[in-house]
Amino acid sequence: MAQMNMKEAIRDAIRVELKRDPNVIVFGEDVGNVGGVFRVTEGLQKEFGEERVFDTPLAESAIGGMAVGLGIQGFRPIAEIQFVGFIFEALDQMLVQAARMRYRSGGRYNAPIVFRTPFGGGVKAAELHTDSLEGMIAQTPGIKVVVPSNPYDAKGLLISAIRDNDPVFFMEHLNLYHAFRAEVPEEDYTIELGKANVVREGSDVTIISYGMTVHTSVKAADELEKKGIKAEIIDLRTLVPLDIDTIVNSIKKTNRAIVVQEAQKSAGIAAEVIAQINEKAILHLEAPVLRVAGPDTVYPFALIEDTWLPTPARIIAAVNKVMEF
Amino acid sequence: MSKVPYEVYTEEVQALSVLSPEGEIVNKDKLPELTDDQLKEIMYRMVFTRTWDDRAVNLGRQGRLGFYAPVSGQEATMVGSEFALQKDDFIAPGYRDMPQIVWHGLPLYQAFLYSRGHQHGGQIPEGVNVLMPQIIIGAQVLHAMGIAMGYKLKKQKQVVITYTGDGGSSEGDFYEALNFAGRFTLPVIFFVQNNGYAITTPFSKQTAALSIAHKAVAAGIKGVKVDGMDVLAVIKAVQEAAERARNGEGATLIEAVTYRFRPHSLSDDASKYRTKDEESEWSIKDPIVRFGKYLEKKGLWTEEDTARVKEEAKATVNEQIKKAEQTEKMTVAGLIDSMFEKTPKYLEEQKADFQ
Repeated sequence: MAQMNMKEAIRDAIRVELKRDPNVIVFGEDVGNVGGVFRVTEGLQKEFGEERVFDTPLAESAIGGMAVGLGIQGFRPIAEIQFVGFIFEALDQMLVQAARMRYRSGGRYNAPIVFRTPFGGGVKAAELHTDSLEGMIAQTPGIKVVVPSNPYDAKGLLISAIRDNDPVFFMEHLNLYHAFRAEVPEEDYTIELGKANVVREGSDVTIISYGMTVHTSVKAADELEKKGIKAEIIDLRTLVPLDIDTIVNSIKKTNRAIVVQEAQKSAGIAAEVIAQINEKAILHLEAPVLRVAGPDTVYPFALIEDTWLPTPARIIAAVNKVMEF
Repeated sequence: MSKVPYEVYTEEVQALSVLSPEGEIVNKDKLPELTDDQLKEIMYRMVFTRTWDDRAVNLGRQGRLGFYAPVSGQEATMVGSEFALQKDDFIAPGYRDMPQIVWHGLPLYQAFLYSRGHQHGGQIPEGVNVLMPQIIIGAQVLHAMGIAMGYKLKKQKQVVITYTGDGGSSEGDFYEALNFAGRFTLPVIFFVQNNGYAITTPFSKQTAALSIAHKAVAAGIKGVKVDGMDVLAVIKAVQEAAERARNGEGATLIEAVTYRFRPHSLSDDASKYRTKDEESEWSIKDPIVRFGKYLEKKGLWTEEDTARVKEEAKATVNEQIKKAEQTEKMTVAGLIDSMFEKTPKYLEEQKADFQ
């Protein structure tokens, strides 16, 4: 076991797969020579050569198209889109071409691609670097969506994503790259896509979350515990497929739930989680399921993002509402 | 500064031409080397494709075909460019480019199934190196670039050809693909069939560039223009581009100037934007008539041969459309199972609603 931050764990996952499978190939803007603007792929070109890890011209649609073409050729591309806001340039290739390849060809071709992209607020980044666009991807049939919240999950989920024979959109929260270190096995291991994780057990209310807001929820739960409210926290880890069973099992125990996401209220995945709870667990609910999310505005200017993003106080307020309903 | 490895065009590019409209060789140096049997096979395929197009339009009107983009007039670009390839080269077609992928190995009934909207239409047989027709104009140009990158990394000698129209050359993806192909020196041929119109919009309203071939300059690749009504010129241009690609010399943009005798699609009325004069002017350049004259002079083709091929094509179309119509119906459960390699639980549950 080694202590790694999330950035190092992601790099380690890519290294493990580059070593294990000669078809794994990494490319994007500045990912080769310097190892990416966040140095996630640092050292990999030196270790595996320019044919395995390389820089591309600055054109996201072509990065996506190259990934689709290489997938048809039997490669397993890990394509990086430098910041989440630039995926708009590549949406046709990701959501139309890659996501539909298996279906359109009746299984003749597939798109075993991982699209990696950093996202997430709280770092005072420039415009369109931090938006939570997972909802847009999650509503597209044919592509899986993964959002890890810690180094251990990031490595295991990314290895699974690379080995998956269908496209995966892998979102890396900027605020978690260097946030903390955790024990991460040096050997390869996988975490099954579509499996949520109960990160804290509790009996009074279920807080469903993913990415950075898992940590915000933990802070809120610490405060709630002082008041005698025991919150159970579920880290979704994968948004597509969504692990509704883990959620329902928790609600059977707590009878109350809220969903916390960084995306604005009518985006993200919260609405889908609540709809599925209504379908599968309504008789176990003592209160409506509430959302804690950003307001429905454009992602905020840097100087106000800390107020805009979900805070422990807003989570506590939502929990109090469902407790007192 | 690196040296520009090609001629920079600042004047109108002369289109490569080998045959005159009378079927005379006007450019001996560029005559492709083809055996008599190959020449006859090319003619066979062009006549077959014209007959298939005629029949497809009628089948569309009868409701036996769905989406169909006519091809009459473009037989030289379609049949010729495919003929210049090798069997294991890869084709990334646009939505009009069904003849190329059929002559490359896709069974005709599957082309009809694609038109009707059946998933089996896209199930390309193993060993046939083609993609399904692409609806998003420009997307296939990027795929061709990526597939070519694969050949380069695997150090295989195959080349990739992709097709789009004159309108498609205005897309961002078109430029991005050319630029990546130039940057990575990829074995790919970008073949633009310039038939003068993108639905109702004439080429003059797409760009102020003198030609599409000029656009190669922006990507640092070779650009050539060819008479798209001259099948021998098309074959020569593609052979040269393929040879350069196989030799590791990179990509070529080929602009083939052609004309479509039918409208853009079955729901388009070309009389609203094209003139009778224009149509008759182009009909003189009919690629089948021109090549036929050449073969007749060589004693390789007669009118009886044309009649025989037409009958054969009609019979094949009839048999293949029946085969398409008799193909097992799709089920929603089947579609659900084709989304992912392993159907996730939430989709398994949704299947239950359709069983």
